Amino acid sequence: MTEVAALPLVARRRALTRALRRNPLLLSGALIAFLLVVVAVFAPLIAPHPADAGTATNPIESLLPPSWHHLFGTDAVGRDLLSRVVFGARISLRIAGLVLASSILIGVPLGLAAGYFGGWIDSVIMRVTDVFLAFPALLLSLALAAVLTPSVGNATIAIAVTWWPWYARLARGQAASVAGRPFIEGARALGVPPVRTLLRHVLPNSITPVIVQASLDVGGIILTAAALSFLGLGAQDPTPEWGLMVSQGQSYFTTQWWLVTFPGAAILVAALAFNLLGDGLREVLDPRRIERR
Amino acid sequence: MKLAIRDLEIGFGDRRVVELAELDVAAGEIVGLVGESGSGKSITALAVLGLAEAAGARVTGSIELDGRELIGAPPSQLREIRGSRIAMIFQHPVSAFNPVFRVGEIFLRALRLHGASRAKAVERARSALAEVLLPYELLNRYPHQLSGGQAQRVAVALAVALRAEVLIADEATSALDVTVQAEIVELLARLRELEGIAILFISHDLAVVGQLCDRVAVMREGRIVETGRTERVLHAPQDPYTRELIAAVPRITAGRTA
Repeated sequence: MTEVAALPLVARRRALTRALRRNPLLLSGALIAFLLVVVAVFAPLIAPHPADAGTATNPIESLLPPSWHHLFGTDAVGRDLLSRVVFGARISLRIAGLVLASSILIGVPLGLAAGYFGGWIDSVIMRVTDVFLAFPALLLSLALAAVLTPSVGNATIAIAVTWWPWYARLARGQAASVAGRPFIEGARALGVPPVRTLLRHVLPNSITPVIVQASLDVGGIILTAAALSFLGLGAQDPTPEWGLMVSQGQSYFTTQWWLVTFPGAAILVAALAFNLLGDGLREVLDPRRIERR
Repeated sequence: MKLAIRDLEIGFGDRRVVELAELDVAAGEIVGLVGESGSGKSITALAVLGLAEAAGARVTGSIELDGRELIGAPPSQLREIRGSRIAMIFQHPVSAFNPVFRVGEIFLRALRLHGASRAKAVERARSALAEVLLPYELLNRYPHQLSGGQAQRVAVALAVALRAEVLIADEATSALDVTVQAEIVELLARLRELEGIAILFISHDLAVVGQLCDRVAVMREGRIVETGRTERVLHAPQDPYTRELIAAVPRITAGRTA
């Protein structure tokens, strides 16, 4: 893993374009992930009935099967399911983005400091991290979400709390191995101060596995968020959250199949796409697969 | 005396690894520090840079640069001295550079760290590269795109650009092949002539030391067992360990049949 960083960004970028052409799974993962982001960003333009993602109801049109007018059908209060699934991408990706951003912002600096400085700094930071890792992540998220008022924001917090320690641990391992490499001694011999050594020399050479992990984690976070909402501990009606939509459609499953099928498929596709992307990235950035020049 | 080491003691825990009574390097002089692996050469080099403590060692005694005591000096002052006054080059030159920066960035960052303006840094990098006979375009390369010899030249050029007065070469030629080794040796000799730089040349390679160094100190288990002019030490060694060391150098005998 450490040798990944030995490649300059240019070489990595070139390797990436090459790999995209060669690896159809990575390509499809990247394409779908990109599409999801586009859908999320332009949701109001893409959704045929944007108002249905909010508080609007049309009782007359309730529980209509998929048709040309409502491609995904309508739900129990007559809201267009396609519009809600489209807006759901926004919510899921926003949760994933926020959880990853906070995990990386908290976990990576702590991990880098622990790995690079070692000693008591390492012990303190990693013991705190271990406390969080001692509980099963989903269980801790559930407990936290149950204590907080159920909402998208609180679900995000509940997930982030259990997510950052993994990044601290990953960054620590990377930093510790980078700290032993000769150019760190070289930087010290040039009089580079410790914090700058950490930011300019350790960080850029430790970040690749973090990027891979982040892309792999998007799927997991979307699943966890959906699970919390499904259990009623996350998003609340009328928020068009995929997990919540599945839970609302559950009782209609035998008669109105589209209520659970389309949001469920959205969860599946999103989780799958980011997993393919992350797996592909890991392979691309694996040093054994990159030709040395 | 440019660099004067007196009664230097370096220890890890209860174990004392270096007990160095006296070692001087004058400006324009190249002093070889030889000895087998583990004899304390490298930790001595780190101590001169003020980095031995960071490696967990306890350092006592005196290391003076132009009469100024380095042991016990505050870290910020030592950082200023490192690089700008005392530079170091390493055994594996390519991996001694951060792989994410181009050579040019490495020069700019190092020079600006030690207070040069951007324009000044560019100019100094240019002239330093010319001095070590490297093309200017090398500044656009990444370290892994350099050969070992080129990278070691770049490391020397960096020391030149930083106007270092003392250069510590820790096994700087040991990982290079023989022809490249000769180039670096020639370069260091030229640098001493042109810049009057003081060089502490740490090596286990007596052949290279014999070519390059004015004086030699032989180190064994942390102590200097013999010191003197290079020819004298290599041709008429006094200490049994030095004799052993010299006898261990393989010689090529011409015309030998297999």
